[in-house]
Amino acid sequence: MIQQEEADKWVCDECEKPLVMRKVGFAYMKGTFHVDLPVCTGCGMVLITEELATGKMAEVERILEDK
Amino acid sequence: MEKDQRIAWEVKCIQEEPPACTATCPLHLDVRQFMREISKGDLEAAYQVMKKHMPFPGILGRICTHPCETKCRRGEVGEALAIGGLERLCVEKHGSPDPVKPLPRKNKQVAVLGGDVAGLVAAHDLRKKGLAVTLFEPGQILGNTFRKFPETMLPPDVIDEEIAVLEGMRVEIRLGDPLDQAVFDRLCHEYDAIFIDRGSFVCSALALEKDDQGEIALEPASGATSVEGVFAGGCDGDAPIMLAAAGRKGALSIERFLQKAHMTIGREYDGPYETRLYTNLEGIEPLDRVSPVRPDFGYTPDHAALEAERCIQCECMECVKVCQYLAHYKKYPRKYIREIFNNEKVLMGAAHTTNQFINSCTDCGLCSHVCPNDLSMGEICRQERHFMLQEKFMPPSAHEFPLQDMAVSTGDDFALCRHQPGKDQSAYLYFPSCMLCATAPGEVLTSYEYLCENLSGGVGVLLGCCGVPAYWSGREELFRETLEGIRKQWQDMGKPQMITACCTCQTLFKEHLPEIPVTPLWQASPIEAIAARRREGAKQPIAVVDPCVSRNDAKIQTEVRAILTGLGYVLEELPLSKDMAECCGYGGLVFNANQQLDDAIVARRAAESERDFLAYCAMCRDKFVAAGKRTAHLIELLFPTTPGNDPWARGWLSWSDRRTNRSRVKQELLTRLGEAEERTMEPYEKIKLYIQPEVLRSIDNRRILENDLRQVIALAEQTGHRLFNKERKCYRANLKLGNTTFWVDYMAEKDGFRVLKAYCHRMIITGVEK
Repeated sequence: MIQQEEADKWVCDECEKPLVMRKVGFAYMKGTFHVDLPVCTGCGMVLITEELATGKMAEVERILEDK
Repeated sequence: MEKDQRIAWEVKCIQEEPPACTATCPLHLDVRQFMREISKGDLEAAYQVMKKHMPFPGILGRICTHPCETKCRRGEVGEALAIGGLERLCVEKHGSPDPVKPLPRKNKQVAVLGGDVAGLVAAHDLRKKGLAVTLFEPGQILGNTFRKFPETMLPPDVIDEEIAVLEGMRVEIRLGDPLDQAVFDRLCHEYDAIFIDRGSFVCSALALEKDDQGEIALEPASGATSVEGVFAGGCDGDAPIMLAAAGRKGALSIERFLQKAHMTIGREYDGPYETRLYTNLEGIEPLDRVSPVRPDFGYTPDHAALEAERCIQCECMECVKVCQYLAHYKKYPRKYIREIFNNEKVLMGAAHTTNQFINSCTDCGLCSHVCPNDLSMGEICRQERHFMLQEKFMPPSAHEFPLQDMAVSTGDDFALCRHQPGKDQSAYLYFPSCMLCATAPGEVLTSYEYLCENLSGGVGVLLGCCGVPAYWSGREELFRETLEGIRKQWQDMGKPQMITACCTCQTLFKEHLPEIPVTPLWQASPIEAIAARRREGAKQPIAVVDPCVSRNDAKIQTEVRAILTGLGYVLEELPLSKDMAECCGYGGLVFNANQQLDDAIVARRAAESERDFLAYCAMCRDKFVAAGKRTAHLIELLFPTTPGNDPWARGWLSWSDRRTNRSRVKQELLTRLGEAEERTMEPYEKIKLYIQPEVLRSIDNRRILENDLRQVIALAEQTGHRLFNKERKCYRANLKLGNTTFWVDYMAEKDGFRVLKAYCHRMIITGVEK
């Protein structure tokens, strides 16, 4: 979904820590699922890219809306 | 949707009704399919279509008097199709009977008395239904009627070959047995049911009730006689195809009788009947019949294909032809109604795509306008949206944004009700509409000033929303509340004459607040004078965009055209206008619920004329402009405030602009009233943003407002909770506002912030694994 290469470009501004891949939980309407995403090891801030939000996430939202 | 309601709606959609030819055919041959196969050159397949409905096709296909041709709709644009001639070609090429497949046999015994056409067909059909059949013919010959035709038309060996099929089907045939009352009584006792072919033998001797002509009396719907279990049909002198239909009806009645089913329900469709199918013949080029080169030899396959190509393939599809939404989902209302019903009652909202389908109707009314039975998909979808809300399977994304926008229009930033400055009563009340204030604030203010100067008795002003987003989205309670608020304000103002500048508000008030007298701004008397004053210079031809809500208001459509002509414009009509007006996609809130379809509708419509568009609905203007089409609003022609006074110069507006514009109208009116007060601003509202136009367009398309961006940035700046991109030296921050999480990439610039991109999602992050 998001490559480590993209994650490496970012650093948490608050904790000054790099982002590492972690399982992130999501919920929408009646659906819940987990995805590996880059996360700050300090505060837990998740990196979501434009591509992910407008692509896969939007697609899953649409599917769940028609369920 | 309850079952009764579903049926009532389904009955109105006649697309599945058979074409006139099929309904007229006593055996209901599928003529459309038959013609499709012949036009493809597949005579074998066409013959199979015949066989499906026609017993002894080799015989009937040669001698049918083709009553279907008298009702063929092609006959109204050219000549009727040569259905009979084409049938003959098929049976001549492929008409040898198929080898008989073994049939199941139920333990019920049926006797058929008389072996002419009706008896033969009854025996054939009953055996196909799996019943054991014995055919009694007192004479020595079967199919007497068939044998009266000239041999060139119907060769005797064809008759024998076709009738021999009965033996293959294991129908027991008894020739030459006398049929008197004693035999009849015995058969009644021995068999479970009896069919009498009235055309085949003298049956007057049998002790059955007779009609005026001395024939066995029949119950018309089922062909039942006075003795239970005994049915009859056929009448000497009838065309063979009618005799065949009588035999078929008898077989069906016996099947029902043996199953103890209802004998008469639905029987009106047994023989020929009038179809309810509507087929619009407008625009169909008249075509004469393709005749065989040598009539005595009949059609060649090539000529037959040409003849079959003339078939119109009768169907209704009137609504689907004019509605991009109905066409997009590739079906027609009857099917849609069933899908909606199943989604609700069977799948509880889980049918993929049905929820979005329900939210994609603009409720423009064009379908019911063109429907022969006034079926309205808008009404169906609106009711279903209400139901989805109640049952909690309405996706929040469908209507949330427009409802939030409506809340802005009914909230403190916009809503206002005041008498004219310096007056304490109002003979008139100007309701310019929220969307027009959002689009053309300067023009609204100028027009208000103009009304105040030119109308006596005081012109009050009412800023608010008519509630149509609530209505379209199925929020009935919110809609009623909003209307009630307007009614109360109107009463408090002394029940003045309302002047609206929006066709949607106008239509809604007329229907839901009938006690309020409403005049469109374009019909308010001083407007004519201003139109005359503005007539100057040569004007380019323009295309008028009637809003869908003006469909039933020919007066306003005429009035608007008169004003435009008065202003000196040459007008061009779009393919669908006036009572056929289409929706721009704002209707039904489709612009938000199905952006993709909405974009396609607007793009198609924008391309329908090279001319600049002139709209008199604010949403039509804004939507076409967003699609790159030069479009002005009528108010911009009458009270221009745009640069260079070019009404077409305003261009695209973002949703944020629309909110700012509404607020500006209210603030300016308050200033004129001497009530102006500094609006208290949230700290984040003061943040200055720098956004490239193409970034702004993308953000706006995602329904992200500039104030959403400001809130994300304000919090990130305050807490430092954000990511930093080492390459691009920008920040990425997020914030969940309501049901949506907004993400912004930004960096500091001068006295504010540069927004590089923004996006959002509705999914919630529930947690991160440690």
